[in-house]
Amino acid sequence: MTTSLFFVQLINGLQYGLLLFLIASGLTLVFGVMGILNLAHGSMYMIGAYLAWYFVENTGSFTLSAIISAAIALGIGIVVEKTLIQRLYKRNHLDQVLLTIGMIFVFNALQSILWGDDPLGVQVPDALSGAVPLTEVVEYPVYRIFVAFLCVAIAVLMYYMINRTRLGMLIRAGESNREMVECLGIDISRLYTVVFAIGVMLAAVAGVAAAPMSSIVPGMGEHVLIACFVVVVIGGMGSIKGAFVGALLVGLVDTFASVLVPQLSSMMIYILMAFILLLKPQGLFSS
Amino acid sequence: MENNRKLSHLLLAGALTGTLSAQAVAASDEPIKVGIMLPFSGIYAALGDAGRNGLKMALQEKAAELHGRKIEFIEMDTEARPERAPEIASSLLDQHNADFIIGPVHSGVAMGMIKVLRNKDTVMIIPNAGAAAATGPLCAPNIFRTSFSSWQPSYPMGKVALDNGYKRVVTMSWNYGMGRESLDAFEESFTAGGGEIVKKILVPFPKTEFQSYLSEIGSINPDAVFVFFAGGGAVKFVKDYDALGLKGKIPLLGSGFLTEGTLEAQGPSAEGIRTTLHYADALDNEVNARFRQNYQQMFAKPADIYAVQGYDAGLLIASAVNRLGGDIEDQDALIKAMEEAKLFSPRGEITFSKAHNPIQNIYLREVIDGENKVIDVPVAALEDPARGCKL
Repeated sequence: MTTSLFFVQLINGLQYGLLLFLIASGLTLVFGVMGILNLAHGSMYMIGAYLAWYFVENTGSFTLSAIISAAIALGIGIVVEKTLIQRLYKRNHLDQVLLTIGMIFVFNALQSILWGDDPLGVQVPDALSGAVPLTEVVEYPVYRIFVAFLCVAIAVLMYYMINRTRLGMLIRAGESNREMVECLGIDISRLYTVVFAIGVMLAAVAGVAAAPMSSIVPGMGEHVLIACFVVVVIGGMGSIKGAFVGALLVGLVDTFASVLVPQLSSMMIYILMAFILLLKPQGLFSS
Repeated sequence: MENNRKLSHLLLAGALTGTLSAQAVAASDEPIKVGIMLPFSGIYAALGDAGRNGLKMALQEKAAELHGRKIEFIEMDTEARPERAPEIASSLLDQHNADFIIGPVHSGVAMGMIKVLRNKDTVMIIPNAGAAAATGPLCAPNIFRTSFSSWQPSYPMGKVALDNGYKRVVTMSWNYGMGRESLDAFEESFTAGGGEIVKKILVPFPKTEFQSYLSEIGSINPDAVFVFFAGGGAVKFVKDYDALGLKGKIPLLGSGFLTEGTLEAQGPSAEGIRTTLHYADALDNEVNARFRQNYQQMFAKPADIYAVQGYDAGLLIASAVNRLGGDIEDQDALIKAMEEAKLFSPRGEITFSKAHNPIQNIYLREVIDGENKVIDVPVAALEDPARGCKL
């Protein structure tokens, strides 16, 4: 591998990893704070992508579409938490898995009814449609660089929110001792609704961001879900910092494995996961 | 509105067959039972639906040539799940006594069906699945195919690449049956003519993270790239190829499925891609024009290649029934009639090889203004080599 190709692949890996972080962050946030294992998280990613397509078709503006889609996702999050998830806080993980798997089927059916099963595509917004030349042949699209920076920005924002704001303080408090927070006069159920809705919105925003650079197809959420769980398990369930490091590791390992050991590439991230769990059974940054 | 139109068509066809059966000497009062084994749910639902539409449309158009025999359809949803195939095929064979069984879309399902139906008292007609084995090692007198073998669409592209002066080519696909068979077929004609495959990339199915592979192709900088991808993967691949700057620098060639049913989603990224396939929407012939117009009218959406393949399965049944005067009891005679059939398909004239795979033209298409335009016929009447078939 030449030096220039190495750098191109490094960027590929980082960019893929950052997008994975954006999807996985919501999953790990919801699990860390609320103890809810949300298997339907991938469906939210899918819904985000489909909403982005739908509103781009109807409004013609990607920015507008992204804002509307994120708002709708926030709404879906609130409704789902209030009507379904709320009943499961005191139940075990198996019940949660059962409900959220059921939600996957419902969302898949809705997608099929509302938007059909043909692959769909969203064009990259004009303002970000350029490309930066990297080597003689390969160039890097501005949009993908933009998405990478967006992911970093969201990571920083989440870090700030959790560690520096009142909401973050409540989230951390709720994570370690739910009863005590309630005793201090905080409405914990409202806090949970907010956290769940933010988690859903993060997945949907990832779907919106991914829409112009991927194909929007039925089942796109399930593929992403598995990679997300690998990220979350590597990073430590519930740790945002862990999700960030885990996502970058998965992105880099997957990218380089595809090129260096193509025969093994599909299992490399699982080997990585097994190896890390051997050394640190709780993940890298378990709280 | 749409339902009304459909209903009126059905009534018309019913009246037509009704009057004819009264006049003609009916070979049998029993209807011909046509079992349909296609996916009507799951990821291939759209393909199954198109195949069924085409099949029914053909049999309706040819109602007058069936010598008074009526058609009874028995529809089964395979969900494109191979594990369900043997059970459904058995039920169509034993409980429903289907004379014909039309299906499937998915090659895995085809294997399950063949296991049950091979050399049995029914005729299986495959309207899509391209697995080489179906008309290769597993071929049988009662198995026909009206679509293609995986070899057919890709083999001619090797010659096209050489004619364009491409000497060093990278090939790429998912690591599964149809993908590997397509790359092999391209490689066969390309290397025979002196071309060199500088790298063959097999991506784990159904992974669609193509960036790292494309970066590598960029560093190899071959004369051209040949790929097999379909559906959502094809959309993602074509977009990535453009986004990473390879489009316009390294010509992209493919098996025609790369740009079938995906052009709208691919948008301008697909412009200039050249593919080979046994059909193109814009194919300029009278049958195709009429077919596309009628299909649009009946089903209120444009016809596609899957509709054509289903339509031809219907034509094949109709032509055999017509030739036998409506009496299809003798299976040997029925198979012989089907073997000798000559169909005027929307894709051009087709006949059948000894292994029962269509002998058909392969068209070179280029995406121009969001449409697959036919620019050449690199091979006319191409016959699959049917390796391993003892018929």
